[in-house]
Amino acid sequence: MSTATLNPAPAAAATGEDDARIGLRASLRHLGALTRRNLMRIKADPESMLDALLIPVIMIVLFVYVFGGAMATNQHEYMQYMVPGLLGTTGLNLAMALGTGLNTDFQTGVMDRFRTLPIGRSAVLLSKMIAETLRAVVAFAVLIGFSMILGMDIAGGPLKLLAAVGLSLVFGSSLMWVSMLLGMSLRSAQAVQGMSMLVMMPLQFGSSIFANPTTMPGWLQAFTKHNPLSALADACRALINDQPVGNSAVTVLVWAAAITVVTAPLAVARFRKRT
Amino acid sequence: MTRIERNAVEVHGIVKHYGETRALDGVDLTVREGTVQGLLGPNGAGKTTLVRVLSTLIKPDAGSAFVGGYDVLRQPKQLRRTIGLTGQYASVDELLSGYENLYLIGRLLDLPAKDAKARATELLERFSLTDAARRPAKGYSGGMRRRLDLAASMIGRPKVLYLDEPTTGLDPRTRNEVWDEVQRMVGEGSTVLLTTQYMEEAEQLAHALTVIDKGRVIANGGVEELKKQVGGQSLQVRPADPAQLPEMVRALRESGVPATFSTESELLSVHLTDDGQLTTVIGVLGTRGFGIAGIDTELPSLDEVFLSITGKSAVPAQSRDKEPVA
Repeated sequence: MSTATLNPAPAAAATGEDDARIGLRASLRHLGALTRRNLMRIKADPESMLDALLIPVIMIVLFVYVFGGAMATNQHEYMQYMVPGLLGTTGLNLAMALGTGLNTDFQTGVMDRFRTLPIGRSAVLLSKMIAETLRAVVAFAVLIGFSMILGMDIAGGPLKLLAAVGLSLVFGSSLMWVSMLLGMSLRSAQAVQGMSMLVMMPLQFGSSIFANPTTMPGWLQAFTKHNPLSALADACRALINDQPVGNSAVTVLVWAAAITVVTAPLAVARFRKRT
Repeated sequence: MTRIERNAVEVHGIVKHYGETRALDGVDLTVREGTVQGLLGPNGAGKTTLVRVLSTLIKPDAGSAFVGGYDVLRQPKQLRRTIGLTGQYASVDELLSGYENLYLIGRLLDLPAKDAKARATELLERFSLTDAARRPAKGYSGGMRRRLDLAASMIGRPKVLYLDEPTTGLDPRTRNEVWDEVQRMVGEGSTVLLTTQYMEEAEQLAHALTVIDKGRVIANGGVEELKKQVGGQSLQVRPADPAQLPEMVRALRESGVPATFSTESELLSVHLTDDGQLTTVIGVLGTRGFGIAGIDTELPSLDEVFLSITGKSAVPAQSRDKEPVA
């Protein structure tokens, strides 16, 4: 009785190379299958979508009708000030869902399953980004519709509205990398969610979204002025109300680029290390 | 005629550290194609770490390993096409239905949509999950999840299947179902590397056994060889009258059976070295007119295996609840 090693394809055995490169078509197919999976997860867990919609809806109603009269000459005027800025943050609220989703996949062993399959690991990440972007688009549609029912005017017209949505998505996608880092560094999905809230709350309230920074004390104004969410809110407000955008849109894009340049390599390196 | 036996898995001197801990300390292992190789050891012995190395989930610090002829370090993508993994913790997507879980994996394994559907349906049927196929996996019982996980690892008809403690935490009925399925896969030509803490499971399924402890191989061989080394089954006899125990032992020893007794448990015990001994014991006790109140045979426990191989108990290591994972 003799023993021999089970031989693979002769070429591969001879060179010892990993010649099973994943072609473009296969990569796209994997990306499609994984995106479908992530969308089905959202569908199977409608509460997660409700969370993403309910909080902005409550905020709009609360701020416009409770504080609106006190903040501006009338509620409609405050609505035109606050709602566009809040819409701008939709993109980043949803970016945070990426980190929680990624964390869950690592914790439950689903990521291990993917890693034992002959697929590119980037497909796992990209599919999550696509699914979260689609979710953000749905959230935008619902929130814009809701605001219009409440009586918000879109003086800038549909193109400028789309530009505001696009700006929010671009900034949101730069935060996806931060969210990914959190998702891979923290122990549980709840911790990721909690940490995201902790970062988001002061950024949201310490910005020009809800109140004009000129009414704030000097130290807070310094923070508000450099808070990228102020620039994002200002840009969206200007676009929707058809006012001059100024530097705000460019500032948002510069911030998005800077955040991406710093955090994307870190997030990718960490993802590679863990997969 | 010489039959050529191929090795589906070859492991040479694999070392994996986690800080100061040597999870794997130079492990060698070969698994013949078409067989079930049992990997027996207590919690923390390094079983899961080895399976993770062989599934390309973690990189070893030293040594080499080949699965289906592919190098774990240099040919991970090709290797992944030849393997299936079922972990101790079922890795299915809880929000997706059983069917969707299997369909997704089929698509990721490059099956055309039609084939992925057919394969998912076929495996759900085979693992008695058809009725639950459209329900989210989070509503499944532990046994159903484990079966779904097994089905998931079989979508691509892997040549080599790793089953990492596939029956830990399962009730006996579900455990038997898993065992049947493993035997069926081997019948269809799969090679299986099975890690387990249970001697009984190893005996049921494995053709050959490797016993590991603290990241080292401490015994290797056929199940029968190891059992002989450990002393096979042990027979316990409860006499009708415990006072007769010394007499019974004497009678058995006269017939060449090395029996012992314990006054504390009031049991007579014999380490059975071959099947004929059981008949001899009953025969001798019966013809001499000793009353028997109860009789029981037991396989050696993992602990007894350890005791006989290493001279020390495996129990302290079992108090550790989990092996380190990357």
